[in-house]
Amino acid sequence: MAAGSSIDALGQFELHPVLGALGESLRFSQSPMMMIVAALLVLAFLYVGMRPAAVVPGRLQAAAEMCYDFIYNMAVDTIGVEGKAFFPFVFTLFFFILAGNYLGLLPFSFAFTSHIAVTLALALMVFCLSIIVSLKVQGAKFFAHFMPAGAPKALAPLLIPIEILSFLSRPVSLSIRLFANMVAGHVMFDMFAAFTIMLAGLGFFGEIIAVGPVVINIALMALELLVGALQAYVFAILTCIYLREAVAH
Amino acid sequence: MARAVMYNNIRRAKSFVASSALALPLMAMAAPGARAEGMPQLDFGNPYVIGQVIWGAGIFLVLYLLLSRSALPRVEKVLSLRRQTIETDLGIAHKAKTRADEAVDDLHAARRKALADAQANVDKVVEEARLAAARQTEEMNARLAAEISDAETRIAQARTQALASVREISTNTAETLINQLSGIAAPADYVTAKVGSAAAARGL
Repeated sequence: MAAGSSIDALGQFELHPVLGALGESLRFSQSPMMMIVAALLVLAFLYVGMRPAAVVPGRLQAAAEMCYDFIYNMAVDTIGVEGKAFFPFVFTLFFFILAGNYLGLLPFSFAFTSHIAVTLALALMVFCLSIIVSLKVQGAKFFAHFMPAGAPKALAPLLIPIEILSFLSRPVSLSIRLFANMVAGHVMFDMFAAFTIMLAGLGFFGEIIAVGPVVINIALMALELLVGALQAYVFAILTCIYLREAVAH
Repeated sequence: MARAVMYNNIRRAKSFVASSALALPLMAMAAPGARAEGMPQLDFGNPYVIGQVIWGAGIFLVLYLLLSRSALPRVEKVLSLRRQTIETDLGIAHKAKTRADEAVDDLHAARRKALADAQANVDKVVEEARLAAARQTEEMNARLAAEISDAETRIAQARTQALASVREISTNTAETLINQLSGIAAPADYVTAKVGSAAAARGL
């Protein structure tokens, strides 16, 4: 936070071992701990929500069913009928990221999606999956996609590297979009919170002006709630788009 | 259409971010000191940074397996059960509706049949009444005709009798008139002949 007159907005992203010596030896920081919390929340949401298994659902069951339908429709509408096979994967991805994004908004919590290593790992997983599916479904024809159909052959030396570069940039763009959005949000939270503390130290008028950043942080919270859901959605829908291209004949 | 536009926007945004994204790790690698002090996320020397990826992979795998094998099939089961229940109930409702429609059709048919029967009965009764009336009229006409005929016969007989007496009365009347006017008795044959000729002249 505010150290003297400077603001340490990036300190919040540092990883510390939890569970003492055991956590230290297992490299278990607050990030995997929040991942476990996120996973447990998603599972609890579904298990507790679906426990009544009622034909006429209650609120929580209806919410769980709506989430199921939302991702199912996204997968099937985007990928096609083959999307049914990838639905659990897309569901896991969406809610893992969503829970991670939202958990990070809680005080004294940690957003594991603000770490490029995590988002890159997720993006590489999607990238590798789409390549494996492409090779399995399309075989060698997969490589033909690097030469756009109908383009003059003379342009091939130019187009093929561009297409390959564009293809390889997918995991990078996918990971950095999520990472950058989450980092930017949390840095702004920290900055405005630090402003409040710094302004409050300036005497009576400073304390009055210090309310401003608090109000901005409240508005930012609304924005971050939107961004958190939107980024999870974008990650999931792009995954679906990549998989659609992979299963397309 | 809207989806296509959205995909295009996503692609455009993707390529834009991709270009800046490629620059970021390069910048980070170019200044390792700044990286360590700056963004903790880029401090790949920190074992916890890589540790969270390994933990994350395991947690994600477990979450995926639990969701795909247990949690999501439960939701699917409930949804399919509901779909089935709705379809079954709809089927029952359709059958009930069909039965109700059939009952209404039967009712209408019975009503039409009853109406037709009633109409037929009414027509039959009316026809019978008409025939009876016609028969009665005929009988009455026949009776009246017979009575008229009898009456005419009687009138004719009476007329004939009356006509037969006319000459005799005329002869008697003529003889009486002659006798009283002239004081002489006219010969009966002469008067009878004259009365006969006069009656013949008048068509009696």
